[in-house]
Amino acid sequence: MKATSEEVIALSGAAAIVVALVGAVIGLVFALFGHDEVIRLHGLFFLTACSAAAIYVATHPREGGEAEQQGYFDGPARVATLAAVFWGVVGFFVGTIIAWQLAFPALNFDLPWTNFGRLRPLHTSAVIFAFGGNVLLATSLYVVQRTCRARLAGFWSGWFVVWGYQLFIVLAASGYVLGATQGKEYAEPEWYTDIWLTIVWVTYLLVFLGTIWKRKEPHIYVANWFYLAFIVTIALLHVVNNLSVPVSFLGSKSYSLFSGVQDAMTQWWYGHNAVGFFLTAGFLAIMYYFIPKRVERPVYSYRLSIIHFWSLIFLYIWAGPHHLHYTALPDWAQTLGMTFSIMLWMPSWGGMINGLMTLSGAWDRLRTDPVVRLLVVSVAFYGMSTFEGPLMSIKAVNSLSHYTDWTIGHVHSGALGWVGMVSFGAIYCMVPWLWKREGLYSLRLVEWHFWIAMIGIVLYISSMWVSGIMQGLMWRAYDHLGFLTYSFVETVEAMHWPYIIRATGGSLFLIGSLLMALNVWRTVRGDKSVDIASQPRVAAAPELRVGALAAPAE
Amino acid sequence: MKHDIFEKRSMVLLIGILIVVAIGGLVEIVPLFLLGSTIEKVQGMRPYSPLELAGRDIYLREGCYNCHSQMIRSLRDEVERYGHYSLAAESMYDHPFQWGSKRTGPDLARIGGKYSDGWHVAHMTAPREIVPGSVMPGYPFLAERKLDAADIATRMQALRLAGVPYSDEMITAANDDLAAQINPESEAAKSIVARYPKAQVRKFDGVASAEPTELDALIAYLQMLGTLVDFTKFDEAGPNLR
Repeated sequence: MKATSEEVIALSGAAAIVVALVGAVIGLVFALFGHDEVIRLHGLFFLTACSAAAIYVATHPREGGEAEQQGYFDGPARVATLAAVFWGVVGFFVGTIIAWQLAFPALNFDLPWTNFGRLRPLHTSAVIFAFGGNVLLATSLYVVQRTCRARLAGFWSGWFVVWGYQLFIVLAASGYVLGATQGKEYAEPEWYTDIWLTIVWVTYLLVFLGTIWKRKEPHIYVANWFYLAFIVTIALLHVVNNLSVPVSFLGSKSYSLFSGVQDAMTQWWYGHNAVGFFLTAGFLAIMYYFIPKRVERPVYSYRLSIIHFWSLIFLYIWAGPHHLHYTALPDWAQTLGMTFSIMLWMPSWGGMINGLMTLSGAWDRLRTDPVVRLLVVSVAFYGMSTFEGPLMSIKAVNSLSHYTDWTIGHVHSGALGWVGMVSFGAIYCMVPWLWKREGLYSLRLVEWHFWIAMIGIVLYISSMWVSGIMQGLMWRAYDHLGFLTYSFVETVEAMHWPYIIRATGGSLFLIGSLLMALNVWRTVRGDKSVDIASQPRVAAAPELRVGALAAPAE
Repeated sequence: MKHDIFEKRSMVLLIGILIVVAIGGLVEIVPLFLLGSTIEKVQGMRPYSPLELAGRDIYLREGCYNCHSQMIRSLRDEVERYGHYSLAAESMYDHPFQWGSKRTGPDLARIGGKYSDGWHVAHMTAPREIVPGSVMPGYPFLAERKLDAADIATRMQALRLAGVPYSDEMITAANDDLAAQINPESEAAKSIVARYPKAQVRKFDGVASAEPTELDALIAYLQMLGTLVDFTKFDEAGPNLR
């Protein structure tokens, strides 16, 4: 790779500083002239972050020369990996708090910033966008370089993407606690936070595409198709669903551009595809890279991966209306949503089969390598929840399940079982690879993490299935005189023990993640592995593997 | 292999993805803006009064939608428990919609008039004093906070930009209307009912004061939910058949 010219280096440094200073000025204006305390605080955050960025860029001139372009550019991926572990623990912790609040409402403390209504968006955003988002950033920035055999495009932009994303998380989370929300599920951040995310996201797309443009491989690998679909579709969904009218350009409050039935449809087109593209397509990319790598087998079927990809992204986008059965959404839209949701079962299982069958000839790894077990069990959960989803999208089933905790159970079988487990597997793979270690600090701890998390998930989803169906049946129960049998509060009281079991399951899942944090921290710190002999060859960073040829990046 | 074109040309792959993911959304969303039958023809719908709007903003701020739906489905048990199934027309001025997705607590689409103001005041302050098995958080701070609605006219202007038919008169009178809705003795109390038919004018939190609290606004909002549409004049089999 030829060295970047001095002019380009000077220009990129100057551009980075100018952008950071513009951001700092905007932050200063918000901080000084903002109409409400939320936007003033956020202005302060913005000012601090942008000033820090400007100072960092100014005091760390690029070296230039060929040395700078040697090997892969893994700094941003390392930051995102650590951020994923950190936000994961935070997100699971907040989830556990709100789960215990439902069992014991005194835990709300009746304060604005501790009540369930403000903490629940904090939980959902922390796990989906902060934990899941950082896993996707870390893995995509790692995978795209290896599968393209090219160094990450750009220099400051990679750093901007990961740190800009962390700033987005801090703005969103602090806003929720202080009551700044758009009031749309999973799209709660206010207008200026949305604009900031859009800027970060477009840069992410450019960095990702730019790396693909530099590739030494003629073919774009299947994992990158999924990452690309995830990045562009999320951009589309985010921009359209968050169209809003700010009350003032110096205030945090805004109103959604759409109203009523159109807003509902747009929101669930967004909401279901946050599942489809953020939590599915992006994580399928992880499956398509990390399972073959970890078990050292090629993807089961190339042909199946093509069918899987196109049919999945085509069908998913239609599924939104199944969140609105029997509502004021016109019937034709409900029926379309149901039909496509049922069809979606097929590509989902096609993908599951492609992932599972990749283990052909290496099934013994399931017994010997807990990291493989995390990855494979995640795909099994993916299969389970993508069967349950189409089932629940059938109108007759949905009439029972909608508004109940069955939905919550379904979401968590996907979120804890699929997204959580596949993320843990990828993190355990990537940490020794990124930090050039011979293996994880402890494979035994991974074993513990797996089983504790597994028991937690089973407690969680089984209690929510049983109680969710009970709730739905109680709501529609009639006595022999034709009156509704139960008052609403009787159905709430019946949920007490299931809520306790659920919260226990969630607490176990949190404990598992703490073990992961410990393991990652000690691996990163370079502590000597306690059980290196029992770790597979692939646990080590590629350049440290016995008999591995040092493969230059370019 | 024919798939090569997508695997070797990143822009072809990108455009291919965009086309494939655009179709479903276009087919499902765009007609909802174009088909006249999407929103039923009803009588009685009007934009929120300034005090109701301020209450609705508090409802959003506290994240009530996380546990309460505002959408009664057209199912027998729901109609018997909560009232007439919700119409699209009833949320036509809701930016954003608050249909919700979970009923940890009951549906609120027709909560208006179901309980007294006093019930709401006591329930908001300490829910389990009123409903022992409830898991709802308490909101005692709402009664103590003065309502900050100095910018209510600007909020209404933003909503007008988004399509809510607030008239110039409504926006000019916004601050007066807000103060008048908790003061039935005032002269302005009459004009607010003229501007916002069926608006309820009284001190909602039961504490005599000229200044509205956040609780006043929230209860004013809850007490009007689902009360606007005149169902005696609603013909579901006629022009509203969808």
